[in-house]
Amino acid sequence: MIRRTLLATAAAGLTLAFGAPAIAQDTTKACFVYVGPIGDGGWTYQHHQGALALKEEYGDKVEIAYQESVPEGADAERVITQMALSGCNIIFTTSFGYMDPTNNVAAKFPDVKFEHATGYKREHPNVSTYNARFYEGRAVVGHIAGKMTQTNKIGYIGSFPIPEVIMGINSYYHHAKLANPEVELVVTWAYTWFDPAKEADAARAMLDQGVDVITAHTDSTAPLAEIAKEGGSAWGFGQASDMAAFTTNDDGTPGPRIASIIDEWSPYYIKRVGALMDGTYEQIDSWAGMPEGEVVIGTMNDAIPDDVKAEAQAMIDAITAGEYHPFTGPMNKQDGSAWLAEGETADDGTLLGMDFYVEGITGDIPN
Amino acid sequence: MDLGNINPVLLVASLMISATPILLAAIGEMVVEKSGVLNLGVEGMMITGAVIGFIVAINTGSPLLGFVIAAVAGAALSLSFGVLTQIFLSNQVATGLGLTLVGLGLSSLLGKPYEGQKTATLPKLDIPILGDLPVVGRMLFSHDIMVYVSLCLILAVWAFLKFTRAGLILRAVGESHDSAHALGYKVVRVRLLAIMFGGACAGLGGAYLSLVRVPQWTEGMTAGAGWIALAIVVFASWRAGRVLIGAYLFGGISVLQLNLQAAGMTWGVQYLSMSPYLITILVLVFISSNRSRSSHDAPANLGQTFHATR
Amino acid sequence: MIRLEKRPQPSRAWTVATPILAVILTMIFGGIMFSLIGTSPFEAIRTIFWDPLFHPQFAAFSRPQLLVKAGPLILIAIGLSIGFRAGIWNIGAEGQYIIGAICGAAAGLALYPMESALILPLMIVAGALGGWAWAMIPALLKVRFGTNEILVSLMLVYVAENLLASVSSGILRNPEGMGFPGSRNLSQWSSSQNLELIPNTGMHLGVLTAFIAVILAYVLLTRHIQGYNIRLTGEAPRAAKFAGVSPARTILFCLGTAGVLAGMAGLFEVTGPAGQVSIDFGSGYGFTAIIVAFLGRLHPVGILLAGLLMALTYIGGELAQLMLGVPGASIQLFQGMLLFFLLGVDVLTNYRVRFGASEVA
Repeated sequence: MIRRTLLATAAAGLTLAFGAPAIAQDTTKACFVYVGPIGDGGWTYQHHQGALALKEEYGDKVEIAYQESVPEGADAERVITQMALSGCNIIFTTSFGYMDPTNNVAAKFPDVKFEHATGYKREHPNVSTYNARFYEGRAVVGHIAGKMTQTNKIGYIGSFPIPEVIMGINSYYHHAKLANPEVELVVTWAYTWFDPAKEADAARAMLDQGVDVITAHTDSTAPLAEIAKEGGSAWGFGQASDMAAFTTNDDGTPGPRIASIIDEWSPYYIKRVGALMDGTYEQIDSWAGMPEGEVVIGTMNDAIPDDVKAEAQAMIDAITAGEYHPFTGPMNKQDGSAWLAEGETADDGTLLGMDFYVEGITGDIPN
Repeated sequence: MDLGNINPVLLVASLMISATPILLAAIGEMVVEKSGVLNLGVEGMMITGAVIGFIVAINTGSPLLGFVIAAVAGAALSLSFGVLTQIFLSNQVATGLGLTLVGLGLSSLLGKPYEGQKTATLPKLDIPILGDLPVVGRMLFSHDIMVYVSLCLILAVWAFLKFTRAGLILRAVGESHDSAHALGYKVVRVRLLAIMFGGACAGLGGAYLSLVRVPQWTEGMTAGAGWIALAIVVFASWRAGRVLIGAYLFGGISVLQLNLQAAGMTWGVQYLSMSPYLITILVLVFISSNRSRSSHDAPANLGQTFHATR
Repeated sequence: MIRLEKRPQPSRAWTVATPILAVILTMIFGGIMFSLIGTSPFEAIRTIFWDPLFHPQFAAFSRPQLLVKAGPLILIAIGLSIGFRAGIWNIGAEGQYIIGAICGAAAGLALYPMESALILPLMIVAGALGGWAWAMIPALLKVRFGTNEILVSLMLVYVAENLLASVSSGILRNPEGMGFPGSRNLSQWSSSQNLELIPNTGMHLGVLTAFIAVILAYVLLTRHIQGYNIRLTGEAPRAAKFAGVSPARTILFCLGTAGVLAGMAGLFEVTGPAGQVSIDFGSGYGFTAIIVAFLGRLHPVGILLAGLLMALTYIGGELAQLMLGVPGASIQLFQGMLLFFLLGVDVLTNYRVRFGASEVA
């Protein structure tokens, strides 16, 4: 193929032209590509907090740079290339849609390290991937939800029907069910990661149908604000970030946010940049969770009874100690077929490609 | 699927809230278009209203004052569009798109310090007697004041266009600016006023989002509501009463599909989401194929630049 | 009292001078904005306008990237400008762009993993047809019912966006994509890839097509009877009718051309820089192209320059974010200002400013 040859030549040309950004390196430059604005209060906000923590940790030895609201697609590859050219030593691309662009750019800059969040392609030795086991957090809030619901109906606002979200739904439901066998799960898909008005509508639709505990897999605080309007008869959780503003109402009563699942990226960022600086950096596929401090449950507020708090804390401790895996059998698939036998835990491959509900959830996964 | 879970009373109550921002923006845009001007910058004016309203409410503790200043800010921003299109005679489509860019950029710069804060929101009105009625009390008479303001605005715009002399002039200017000019009406002045009214309404709609609908400020939080408002004006074929229907239909379908999902429906969500736009196109075809009936509705000079040669 | 008097002919001097004036005004007001947010205005302006072209570290990469970014904008804007000249306001190019990408990608993916040199041409044809068909909806409705094409084409953008979301998580979803929405990567399948033809030039098929479109549009508008008819329809619709120009044919031609070019632009993006059909594929090129068309004064050469200027502010804006840490929103505002000033000062091209008492208010 002529075009293939051209491609190879092009890559070689680029490498020759800018392969080694020839800048004296006293400091290590870590760069971040964000999919949303750093003020989104959720996903991007947390990544940026991680970046700031990195700067805090290493001070003058590290320089950080970032670019917000980079569209997934044609623009991403250019942005990542410009970062590599600007002398970044390590580039974190923090959204799934940057997967192919990250690998493409990595091919041209073998001396720069690339870290892609939530993806699975590591086509070059300088590409690592990282993700967090958010389902561990979902298990804990699922347990709390099962205990807190009065109507026995709990809700989940999904973004898109992808394995990550389905994994969260299953973990949430499974633990709610263990805590409260009567519990019923309502799922609505918003088909967006960020649209406050729509997220509020989704929460409202579920509240109107008698759901009284809701967790969201979208980015804004709108669902919590909507739950707040129920005036203490319905509850929700912070998602991605702590959303602490909703922990306590202005009159001092417990607010609608009874706990939260925090994406804590700082341990990973500190670890990886540290490894790069001391020369121990290697390509990895990281999927860490509570034990590594990457998934954190935010402060539980006083709406939760003490015994439930204690149970939740016990579950956090067990997961953190590696004694408990949230997907431990016996568990069946939605159609009743056996999935995990007694004591068996799910393997990572199945979880990462999860495309089925567990037994007890009604409704189908849309496609 | 269990449709019995959907409570029609609550459904209507929540769609009224959900539709209010787009209703406010759409009624303003309708007046603008009636005067013959197409302002595609609704999204930019809405989000500016959202951020200004929020900032004012946080700093003064008064959401109502937030709404007032948001309206002023929307009008002020729209004036830049007005000056460019009416005085500098720039193209309305391109200028409107530019207005959206300016509004989105400006709002996120202004709003940076206010991200993640909570604001006081509007209380629900406690309407005596009406609010206590069974069914309709909960459905129609238990909302905050802006819901009723938006409904009054519809009524006011309808009456203004139908019964007042000023309304007649506004329509004449939209219908044929050359004839209106020949009759001695100040085309540019009328249009500037209409544009500012549209900006003020869009500002109110945006403030409703940030102060009531999702009481918070987040960058880009209008997420396309301004574009829906544009669609509603067309759907309504430039009639105030139908703007109400259109806004409640667009808002309603979004709320309904989420309710259907919550009740267990899992298919066809995207098709339901695109249906209002298809319906709008059908409405457009219908009104334009019935020229005799509706010829008064679509402003004949919509989007055209006016320059008084003499 | 200041008033405007229409020039018999657009001023040549101002045609050249107004864009320069607008850029200077933007630099002044943008500079004020940058200093308000605590960035050195000189550094910011230099980063946006100068660095992408001449910075020793970036220029070698970003110069060709200007073409890559400007290519689709120019291609779409050329199609739109022909319609705008005739007074046909297609503002739904975003929809035609998306549908072109979907149709082209679907045509190619139906044959996956076959290897053939004919697949990319087939996809280009399918993409062009898709964009054309999407543009024919407002065209036919306008011809048959007199329906306003501005509004129909805008509505169809939303429909296209919903379709995009539907196919990228539905029928076009990559079966090996771990369940994530988004199609196979078309730039990694040798039969469909649209990569740089000459290394380090940014010249992929889309850019080449954009240049050809500029030339063809120039010839059409200045040398061809159809171009004359289009201009006549725009400037004097009644005279055009008397001259025997069929309004229906003009509408179909203009919208059809815009649809074909937007559809091709979508296809070239999806097989090249973007790589895959995904929910976020439609990145607003169709709307930005409207701006480009007006900045270019609806003239093919003007559009070429305007597309490059727009691309420069995008790439320079990215560099400013990266190197100076300015917020993305300030770049958006800066682009908005540039557009406002360009549109505002254009009045000098077509009108003479007169001072003195006016006869009419």
